[in-house]
Amino acid sequence: MMRTDEKLIIKGKRLDGRKAMDIREMEMKVGVIPNANGSAYVRFGKTTAYAAVYGPRELNPRHLQEPDRAIIRCYYNMAPFSVSERKRPAPGRRGIEISKVTKAAIEPALFLKEFPETTIDIFIDIIQADGSTRVAGINAASLALADAGIPMKDLIIALSGGKINDTLVIDLCGKEDNCSNADIPIAFLPNTKEITLLQMDGRVTPQEVKDTIKNVLNAGEQVYKKQKEALKNRYK
Amino acid sequence: MKDYILDLLEKDKRLDNRKLDEFRKIEIEKDFIQRAEGSARVRLGKTDVIAGIKLEISEPFSDMPDLGILRTEAEFTPIASEDFFPGPPDENAIELARIVDRGIRESETIDLEKLCLEKGEKVWGVCVDIRIVNHDGNLMDASALAALVALTTTKIPKLKDDEILREDYSGKLPLKHKPITISVGKIGNKFIIDPSIEEEKLLDSILAVSVREDDKICAMQKGKKPLNMEEINKIIDLVVKKSKDLRKLI
Repeated sequence: MMRTDEKLIIKGKRLDGRKAMDIREMEMKVGVIPNANGSAYVRFGKTTAYAAVYGPRELNPRHLQEPDRAIIRCYYNMAPFSVSERKRPAPGRRGIEISKVTKAAIEPALFLKEFPETTIDIFIDIIQADGSTRVAGINAASLALADAGIPMKDLIIALSGGKINDTLVIDLCGKEDNCSNADIPIAFLPNTKEITLLQMDGRVTPQEVKDTIKNVLNAGEQVYKKQKEALKNRYK
Repeated sequence: MKDYILDLLEKDKRLDNRKLDEFRKIEIEKDFIQRAEGSARVRLGKTDVIAGIKLEISEPFSDMPDLGILRTEAEFTPIASEDFFPGPPDENAIELARIVDRGIRESETIDLEKLCLEKGEKVWGVCVDIRIVNHDGNLMDASALAALVALTTTKIPKLKDDEILREDYSGKLPLKHKPITISVGKIGNKFIIDPSIEEEKLLDSILAVSVREDDKICAMQKGKKPLNMEEINKIIDLVVKKSKDLRKLI
């Protein structure tokens, strides 16, 4: 059905010259949106994401407030020009689902009891999409939350894994995602290795799923390092 | 109630005397909506879900000009629960529909190549619509099962000069696989299958896994709190094992 037979790995190299376990070039910056309480820009190859955090701030209507903690609200959105065929600006079904799983991916890292009756609003904007956008967005949100000074148990590391041309890989680009045997976006807290986001679509064996999770947890260390660098650079 | 359920779980027991990895009574009714091209009703205990299939003539996607189209939507209608309200599908209904959709799509259940009518112009669109009749927990597994059974009952209508002759059929919808979706919930350090609504409210985490008859994993979705790698591996193994029992019912 999908064109999984397309040649994506030739002589051990992927279309962009990477090896199976290579992450694309990463760029991460914090404090990029002056109006936000915290913000970040994250790029994996051509996939670029902004995240902005507003709050903790007063939550209206008041009946949504929690007396003993902050709530978080998460919005994932793609710019109309971020994909080949223009995307209509309103959030679609895909965006609504990604917002929901992103919230669950982020929430375990936050000490929400510090800010009762408030909301922490996290807005993720994909400016260019070339695969693995939801994980780029989660990395941006992690940095934006840290930049906002919100107390966190840990940063949130996100990276996709999967299988193309019968080879397990990480950080799928758009073309690889379209022709993959599996795409598995994962987010986790690096110190406890708790997995906060796990989705999968494709056709692979149980062992290949397990191996991919392991690969992502290992390679995620590089993303973690990059996030820490970005936060330090803010205060240089 | 909460403490009672937790106490029971400590002893590997449940409110309704089920084992931790046991489904409630499963009842399947097939092809009972004559207006639909296919239909099925699945009851898991008091959870009651209907899936109906309608076929329509659609324009194919430009990058897949010779493949039929699959659409899946779910409605949590207010008849089913005091927690459901009228209005467009909320994030929970959208998420459920998208997980059911991925289970069918990624497993390559429907032979979409055989649904091409005129390359680049016309293909069959297969619309899977899920409606909840009564919500007593585990809508996910009930919906995925209802959708699959409904697809197995689906017939393709006859065409006459591009007009669909409803309720007059040319053949069966071509299917290649039988994916089963099972969600495993975690409460404390216990893992349970087919949570009732009381149990569902106490879940720490949940992982839905779709698996094909060749044991290939086709879709996964984690909800609620984190899980570690060992827990995920254990859930995958459990789902692969349990899926074989469930598939026998179809």
